Amino acid sequence: MKIKKRIDPFFWIAIFSTVTVVVFILFPLIEMVVQPSFQDLKETIQDPDVVRSIWLSIYTSGLAGLISFIIGTPFAYLLARKDFFGKKLVESIIDLPIMIPHPVVGIAILGLAGKNHWLGNLMQQVGIQIMGTVTGIVTVLTFVGLPFYVNTVKTGFETIPVRLENVSRSLGASLTKTFFRVTFPLAWRAMLVGIIMCCARAISEFGAIVIVAYHPMIAPVMIYERFTAYGLKYSQPVAVWLIAVCLVLFFLLRIISLQKETEA
Amino acid sequence: MIEIESLRIELPGFVMKDVELSIQDGEFFTLLGPTGAGKTLVLESIAGVTPITSGRIWVKGRDITHLPPEQRGIGIVYQDYALFPHLSVLENITYGLRYHKADPQESRKWVSALIEQLGLEPIVKRSVRYLSGGEKQRVSIARALAVNPSVLLLDEPLSALDPNFREDIRDVLKRLHQEVKITFLMVTHDFADMLFLAQRTAILNRGKIEQVGSVSDVFERPATPFVADFLGMKNVFPATFEGARAIVDGLKLRLETPPGDCKGHVAIRSEDIIIRKDRISENGMSVIQGKIAEIVDRGLFHEVSVNTGKVVFRSTLSKRDLFSLKLSEKKDVYIAIRSSDIHAL
Repeated sequence: MKIKKRIDPFFWIAIFSTVTVVVFILFPLIEMVVQPSFQDLKETIQDPDVVRSIWLSIYTSGLAGLISFIIGTPFAYLLARKDFFGKKLVESIIDLPIMIPHPVVGIAILGLAGKNHWLGNLMQQVGIQIMGTVTGIVTVLTFVGLPFYVNTVKTGFETIPVRLENVSRSLGASLTKTFFRVTFPLAWRAMLVGIIMCCARAISEFGAIVIVAYHPMIAPVMIYERFTAYGLKYSQPVAVWLIAVCLVLFFLLRIISLQKETEA
Repeated sequence: MIEIESLRIELPGFVMKDVELSIQDGEFFTLLGPTGAGKTLVLESIAGVTPITSGRIWVKGRDITHLPPEQRGIGIVYQDYALFPHLSVLENITYGLRYHKADPQESRKWVSALIEQLGLEPIVKRSVRYLSGGEKQRVSIARALAVNPSVLLLDEPLSALDPNFREDIRDVLKRLHQEVKITFLMVTHDFADMLFLAQRTAILNRGKIEQVGSVSDVFERPATPFVADFLGMKNVFPATFEGARAIVDGLKLRLETPPGDCKGHVAIRSEDIIIRKDRISENGMSVIQGKIAEIVDRGLFHEVSVNTGKVVFRSTLSKRDLFSLKLSEKKDVYIAIRSSDIHAL
């Protein structure tokens, strides 16, 4: 006798919602990617301005990731390991850049960098220019990307039992040596994922950048400019190239981080 | 020697207070108590990985209270092994060597001796990820001893192991302790482990030490009702004392020696309560009539509750005794207790 399996209605709801979400995200992107002709794509990538802006996007985001790695790692470690007065407050502060509207971030940073502010004044005296410079772009991208790095790496540190560090110290290793011999080798994958998250967030930034540094033009600004000046047809190919380059880069980084996981 | 003076540790919702302990050089000492008693906290405060509120800790005459863990020379073995997962067995064992100024040749000899003693030669090159629980615990013991600590702290080292590995590691610990002559301080909640391994013990409950003494002393003469109950005495009753007699709810029980106080508790192990069908009294025995209230099958033995009117005594009987006495519920029986088996607390 055949047993008829009864399928719970929730299963169908789950299937429906999965399909909806996937189509909702993929459909516009796929349409955008397939709309430009091969000729358009070829011409676009031969345009030195496009190549320059995509390259600028990538390396400023990469720098934001690197800076987050350097200044965010000890901070994430502290958050993961220590309880202190006001910890919850510090944790909410780190999340602020995620919540603030992007143009507001730009305005806030410009407010500091201007001549009317003592900090801006000081920076200009030592030759640091934020408005319309690569320095400005990297500052903004670090500001928006840092929370993603810190939160990812904090979670990574939390998964490493504190007992491993206790044992290392009982065996004679100082806190610093313990960090480099035990914690870092176990957390570097989380750091790499954190850098990927930070870069991904940075490369998509637009709202704050148009305020702080419209020029030199990063890719999202160029896409916007081409759209307003020439329309959809001219902005789409640049977007396709940006997406393609980012996909390849993130894919490679993911492979590096996953490969080791299966090895270990 | 480890000396702990007025140790106090305050955590949210838990206070460990007035811990005074003195542990001799080369001793095997256990901290025994139920979960949440604060045993691990005492251990971690000696290791220096838990901040203490006040008090002092000396090891071999050196005040280590404010020293960082890496300067204390104290090894630690955890229940969950805490092996470094990214290192091999050998790399784990030799992890601490570079921080200790020992003659390299000497330490190499010492490490190979440890590896041999713990039977780790076949696995030294392996990753620690795929070892059995017993192997992992051997590695973690070897790693802690490799740097020749003055004290080895063991935090429930047997709890996470399968029964067959448990006995094995227990034997290993006993043998190693006799060979390396290092002070072993072990936290456990299992008094069988304490009986097998330790020379002296402290019993902890809710952040306080209830009793300190030699294992036989604590086992024979528990100082408080908690200790008696924790060490498996199923019969602990409040009592008043009149000379060498204890009165429990009107029942008179003979004691071997008169206790100092006139009020307290008596504790009797269930295996020391003898059940008989006839009133046969021997010298120095208390014999009481009662009715069997309940017989509970515990697998290897039966637990028999005898109601003597006001007091219910619990006795354990082997299956054979149960059948030869032809006991059943509601039957009239006599219980006999030797005066030496009644502990006045």
